[in-house]
Amino acid sequence: METLSQLFTILLSTIKDVMPIIVIIFGFQLLVIRRPIPHLKRVLIGFVYVIVGLALFLLGLDKALFPIGELMAQQLTDPDFIRGSVATADETLHWSDYYWVYIFAFAIGASTTIAEPSLIAVAIKANEVSGGAIGVWGLRLAVALGVAVGISLGTWRIVTGYPIHWFIISGYIFVVIQTFFAPKLIVPLAYDSGGVTTSTVTVPLVAALGLGLASTVPGRSALIDGFGLIAFASLFPMITVMGYAQITEMVAARDRRKREEMVNKE
Amino acid sequence: MSNVFVALGRSMAGSVRDLLPIVLVIAFFQLMVLQQPVPDLVGLLTGLLCVVAGLTFFIYGLEMGLFPIGQVLAHAFARKGSLFWLLLFAFSLGFGTTVAEPALIAVAAEAATVAAEGGMIEATDSAKSSYASGLRYTVAFSVGLAIVVGVIRILKGWPIHYMIAVGYVMVIIMTGFAPREIIGIAYDSGGVTTSTITVPLVTALGVGLASSIEGRNPMVDGFGLIAFASLTPMIFVMAYGMVI
Repeated sequence: METLSQLFTILLSTIKDVMPIIVIIFGFQLLVIRRPIPHLKRVLIGFVYVIVGLALFLLGLDKALFPIGELMAQQLTDPDFIRGSVATADETLHWSDYYWVYIFAFAIGASTTIAEPSLIAVAIKANEVSGGAIGVWGLRLAVALGVAVGISLGTWRIVTGYPIHWFIISGYIFVVIQTFFAPKLIVPLAYDSGGVTTSTVTVPLVAALGLGLASTVPGRSALIDGFGLIAFASLFPMITVMGYAQITEMVAARDRRKREEMVNKE
Repeated sequence: MSNVFVALGRSMAGSVRDLLPIVLVIAFFQLMVLQQPVPDLVGLLTGLLCVVAGLTFFIYGLEMGLFPIGQVLAHAFARKGSLFWLLLFAFSLGFGTTVAEPALIAVAAEAATVAAEGGMIEATDSAKSSYASGLRYTVAFSVGLAIVVGVIRILKGWPIHYMIAVGYVMVIIMTGFAPREIIGIAYDSGGVTTSTITVPLVTALGVGLASSIEGRNPMVDGFGLIAFASLTPMIFVMAYGMVI
């Protein structure tokens, strides 16, 4: 019963979130474009599916994943847990003592990205537009790897306390340089994948990890150092997606060369 | 009718596969690393079932509703050929979907707390809430602007990397002048503004526009709107922190 009323509340708030989009789309459709939408009934049913699906998804996350994920983030960043691996209690902690935090950050970053609905949407579209050249799974795995690396580097930054803008600025410089060597077709998609990775699933868990870590590491302020993980998670996918395209292109070029050599020998 | 069930069943299997990694990671850390029992197993399992069903419906509805409508609108605007209405639509889409975004509301509230603690504003509730809503409208405006710039880029066929590089340079310069407290939040705000429904819609719009204008390649010109939408909030949030 409680779950049902919760579902109802979430459904209402999802509808409230989607309302502006629906008003804008149908407002422009009716007042500016003034043309009937093809397959209107199908489109409307699709919208209902999207809203119901999103509400169920959020309800499930709220009930199942977020409580346990946030609890784990707290437990893993708890000084008592981290001290367990250090011999004496009064010894100051070295950044390397936090290794479980980095491993957790990597694993949770990768796994939540795989389940991110907006990334699935972009991957489907990219696959369709590129005529199958960009695989749905290839793109999703490349982005997941980027988020994983980004978040574990971000947690390391919180532990060590280096200023965030050093990392972000060097990341940007790297992205700009890599752009000139990456296949032209992938560049806009790679830039996009920075922004799509972090929505419904990743943000709450990652925010809990960052805030938990910043409030337990001595000398860090949760308010100043707790933020910034999302920024890392949106920077690194650009690098890995371009890297994915560069590697696929290299492999394809090598195969082509091999085939030509075979033909020449014959 | 049976086709619908086959399709639903297939995407359900896909959703299970998509969620499996999270379940494995959580189980491994809970049982092996932290060595604790799983609390509330029944709640966890019902929750997971909801997530699987929800993801299935979402993906199903995506291809039925969101993608087609984005495409149809893009084609209709391209045929109509009115730049003004297209740009107004682009702006309202960016602004309207961002201003009500729950993640943004949460981040704006955090930012107000930080600002109050840093002594930038008074530590009263009314000062904080006006700071937070000011920030929210600033970010929403910046996303609207980003979609407009992105659409103009698609129409003109400008290469994206120069524009993004200019954006980065602006972010870097602003970082030097913005109050230290706001920087982390500003960088994060780029990532949180693009919601689960906005992304498919905006992507379909971009690809639809690029494919209905002659001489544009949907792969090269169609993508990139999200990139602008995650760049401008950083600049505007830092500017907001500097002005207030």
